[in-house]
Amino acid sequence: MENLEFRFTAQPVKPAAGAALCGVVGSGNLEILIRPGDEADACTVVVKTSARGFGKIWEAVIAEFASRHPVGGTRIAINDMGATPAVVSLRLGQALGDYTGGAQ
Amino acid sequence: MNTPVHTSLVLRHSYFEATARSRVAQVLDAGSFREFLPPEVAQPSPHLAILDIPGAFDDGVIIGSAALDGKPVLVIAQEGQFMGGAVGEIHGAKIVGLLRRAALEKPAAVIFMVDSGGVRLHEANAGLIAISEIMRAVLDARAAGVPVLALVGGSCGAFGGMGIVSRLCSAIIMSEEGRLALSGPEVIETVAGVEEFDSKDRALVWRVTGGKHRYLTGDCAELVEDDAAGFRQGAIDVLAGRTEPLPSSTVLRAEQERLSSRRQRFAGMRDGLEVWAALGVPDPGQVSLIDRDSLVALKKGLPA
Repeated sequence: MENLEFRFTAQPVKPAAGAALCGVVGSGNLEILIRPGDEADACTVVVKTSARGFGKIWEAVIAEFASRHPVGGTRIAINDMGATPAVVSLRLGQALGDYTGGAQ
Repeated sequence: MNTPVHTSLVLRHSYFEATARSRVAQVLDAGSFREFLPPEVAQPSPHLAILDIPGAFDDGVIIGSAALDGKPVLVIAQEGQFMGGAVGEIHGAKIVGLLRRAALEKPAAVIFMVDSGGVRLHEANAGLIAISEIMRAVLDARAAGVPVLALVGGSCGAFGGMGIVSRLCSAIIMSEEGRLALSGPEVIETVAGVEEFDSKDRALVWRVTGGKHRYLTGDCAELVEDDAAGFRQGAIDVLAGRTEPLPSSTVLRAEQERLSSRRQRFAGMRDGLEVWAALGVPDPGQVSLIDRDSLVALKKGLPA
């Protein structure tokens, strides 16, 4: 397992409710939990992944996501069981949609 | 394109394919579910972390309160996609806590959506102890007058300790896709050899563990379509007018007697086909092919 941590600056986002969970820790899949964070213009991400050595790809996928969406003021926690970058992007979008009340 | 769309296919939500969270959303009254220990406050398994395996926030089981057809129920739903729904320490503690709450609060029922291969081997003794605590807690909830319904229709079925737990419940509702047994097919093959049981023979696996077999042998009370709405209606039907009987040694002895004579009756049989023939099914080969309604009708016509 590998633990990764990232921080991105981003436009603030307003949550619909407290937290949102998306996905399942199953083969080729991952779960994403989005909660309100401490800094309004930053998004912190903690990843626990079963696949080692993909830190650069995680950083690129999440940075691309943070640049496309306002995700400031969130803490994102991810448990991953070998999801591909496409699945990660899809789930991030889904989780953010749930977090903001389906406004994706 | 003006191809007519088959509505029954459009409206069907496969229970087998669904995640635990979507099963909870679809089987119970819409919007009624309140989760206990939701992911943002729950603890992932510390044992998996030590073994360097990513955990799940809810440790693969969702518990909470909800309504079923307007009646208050408590709910357990195992997530088969996370480690085969296997029972670890936290996973088990959540189930036990919910069942103990049921014994105190006395809701109309506990709806237990089982989807599990049994004990989580990574957590060894903690998982085994959890299973024994779940068994006791199911019986305590029932003794307090709360029916506990097991819904079995997920990809992991109900095997190992969770097979026993399911049979300890008040009633089991299954789909054809569901499986219920003690040792899983791969376990039997590994221990006793492929001559004893070929776990790759999926038709055989379903003929001895699947929902249709369990329905014909009376191990499950209801056979439903692989559909969240089917499981919902099955649970409502089983609960209608039901009062949970108090534990009684007379009833237990009668059940023991019934199971012992059943064991003798089917001794030496190696395939569901033989059991179905012994039960009086005229054409056992057809059982796997006919639909749910036809099988229910077939069972009604069997000799008692």
